[in-house]
Amino acid sequence: MDFSLSPEQQRFRDDLRGWLHENLGDFAPSGRAQSAETAAPLETIGRRAQVEIERGRAWQRRLFEGGYAGISWPREFGGRGGSIIEEMIFNQELAEAKTPPLINVIGLYMAGPTIIAHGTDAQKSRYLAPLLRCDEIWCQGFSEPNSGSDLASLQTRAVRDGDRYVINGQKVWTSLAHVAKWCILLTRTGGEKYGGLTYFIVDMESPGVEVKPLRQITGDAEFNEMFFTDVRVPAENILGSEGEGWRVAMTTLMHERASLGVGLQVRSRIALEELRTLARATMEDGRSRAADPLVRQRLAQLFIECEAMRFNGYRGLTRMLRGEQPGPEGSINKLMWSEVNQRIADAAMEVMGPAAMLSPDDPDSPGEGRWSYLLLRSRANSIEGGTSEVLRNILAERVLGLPRSR
Amino acid sequence: MDFGFNEEQELLRSQARDFLDRECGSARVRELMATEDGYDEGMWRRMVELGWTAIPFPEQYGGLGLGIVDLVVVLEEMGRHTTPAPLQSSVALAGTTLLLAGSEEQRARLLPGICDGTGRGTVALVEASGRWDAHGVQLRAQQSGDAYVLRGEKLFVPDVHVSDWMLVATRTAENSGDGLTLLLVDSRAPRVRTRRLGTIDQTRRLFEVGFDDVEVPADAVIGAPGRGWAALRRGLDRALVAVSAELCGTAQRAMEMSVDYAKTRQQFGRPIGAYQAVSHKLADMLVQVESAKSLTYYAAWAVDNDVPEAPLAASMAKAYASDAARWVTGAAIQVHGGIGFTWEHDAHLFFKRAKWGEATFGDAAHHRARVAEALDL
Repeated sequence: MDFSLSPEQQRFRDDLRGWLHENLGDFAPSGRAQSAETAAPLETIGRRAQVEIERGRAWQRRLFEGGYAGISWPREFGGRGGSIIEEMIFNQELAEAKTPPLINVIGLYMAGPTIIAHGTDAQKSRYLAPLLRCDEIWCQGFSEPNSGSDLASLQTRAVRDGDRYVINGQKVWTSLAHVAKWCILLTRTGGEKYGGLTYFIVDMESPGVEVKPLRQITGDAEFNEMFFTDVRVPAENILGSEGEGWRVAMTTLMHERASLGVGLQVRSRIALEELRTLARATMEDGRSRAADPLVRQRLAQLFIECEAMRFNGYRGLTRMLRGEQPGPEGSINKLMWSEVNQRIADAAMEVMGPAAMLSPDDPDSPGEGRWSYLLLRSRANSIEGGTSEVLRNILAERVLGLPRSR
Repeated sequence: MDFGFNEEQELLRSQARDFLDRECGSARVRELMATEDGYDEGMWRRMVELGWTAIPFPEQYGGLGLGIVDLVVVLEEMGRHTTPAPLQSSVALAGTTLLLAGSEEQRARLLPGICDGTGRGTVALVEASGRWDAHGVQLRAQQSGDAYVLRGEKLFVPDVHVSDWMLVATRTAENSGDGLTLLLVDSRAPRVRTRRLGTIDQTRRLFEVGFDDVEVPADAVIGAPGRGWAALRRGLDRALVAVSAELCGTAQRAMEMSVDYAKTRQQFGRPIGAYQAVSHKLADMLVQVESAKSLTYYAAWAVDNDVPEAPLAASMAKAYASDAARWVTGAAIQVHGGIGFTWEHDAHLFFKRAKWGEATFGDAAHHRARVAEALDL
């Protein structure tokens, strides 16, 4: 057991810190935009002002030019060829430095690794380089209005027509669809539930693709609905082969949970540190809220759970370093994180007292509205990326070996 | 960066599990908990032969030169089996405290006995106030010439009936250092009075110990006079990790029993584990058991390496493992239904062991308060 970094890993971290110090400058956080980032790390940037999208693009391009895109991707695909420990250090340091989120997060952590695992040589050489440079942003078309947790019941149809497929259907909860060039799209090509799925790479500029913003309880529209009407996609855009879509999609989802976990935990801890500052600054009857034993107990418990997630993550990484695949244990941290994040918001509301009634955009809302925003936004955390109920099913069935529940 | 056990530690674990499966099944535990001494000297000797009592001590004292990380492996297995033995009190608590705070002479005199199992120690800390901190210590040790005279009572002292010596936290002077002095006292000295307490966990023996003008020489001081809390603290942190490890093992076994039962017990024509009301409870057990282990392993590494956040890590582990073990072992009774509430079924052994672990050395609220302090809230 050893928690120290190797000399190479330390050098990687120190170099990255130095690089961030020199390059973050005009990308450093400011005002309300940063509060939203702290509050909403997972789902990236979604539908925000075009200027922010361009800022995100420019930031990722700068990372690419600095050699910090695709940390654990193989060098032959333009990555840095680093280990998963370096990927973890990278995510930690970016979170600590409060950088803008990686706008092409779906490309970097979902589409890219899936293409590396299942793509043809032609697909690898076409898609990976522009993805890393952020010349092309990616989005993900999995969920449908009638297929949420039961993803494999999806109905978006792809029908073969010569050397093309014709796609019709509707997807929902799609971040970045309005700015994406490519979509990883899961479709139905056959009748068999799991064996009838096929995974496509779809050009979002194709005729028949329509994107509509979806307004959330925060008032923002991070997500979109996507409508596909007779969209023609070349057969060579299948990832894997026809009928293999479920297996390919599992690669995508495993990478989502394994890669993003570390950054999430760090962002929760940073939110908790900000909550400590809020508690100290909030006075009640002439006494700081941080002196209230109940508040102290709650914050300490949240801090302990954040640390538990950090060490759960390290144990998972150690298993991977010893040659095991990322397993269903990754669901433990996603489950914990969503609940911890919601309880951080609940604790903040309690600290705020009557100010909890203010909307995030009210000028008097504490923390420039970040806590009220977190309260609302975090309700999605236990739904997106696998609902807590589905994650408990996964743990029960795949880790504990219980019979399939119904 | 490597957060896992090495091959030797995995071997130690499987050896410990095999040994305890063979020698310390629940039938044997039930026999032993009904005896006066509450443990089996033969089993203890074989644990000593396996080297368990020597794990965290340097070779110069007859130890194996290993650490708390290694001891955690054994203690987790003992928690799994609700093993009754004075290893926790003698090795993890008294032995490590003496190692970290004792003089060279004291270590050379007493640690070889701890390592080879012929000598056993314990620690007397808590008093009627029930506090686990320095403020709770009110037992006076009056300096009289070259000696200290102890007068007062300690509570919840573990395994004093099978100990040769104890480290007693006493109050000596209000205005010097932390006001406490840690004294080495012969457990069988004249005017030491012991009374066994009734324990909810019958696999544990706890005592009230009275000191009716018990005299010890000045060289009985562990560490320095007026620095008793400082002398105790690092050993206590190790004991926190050790109890957390036992709680992890107890909770893990309660979870495994529940999972096995949920796979076989049929109601309404299906195994009860096919109902989400049951399976989701089991998934929540897994989340808590794994998280308790992660925090405990990290705390073990932290105390072994004396990193600055070691006390914080120990409190985090104890806070989380206390809550987790209480909830998991309670949920295990629920999953088993009526049979889980019977004396005959083992579920109550785990539930009761978890209650001991939760309440000893400070409960979750106590350690969360310590975490809040360390975080400068």
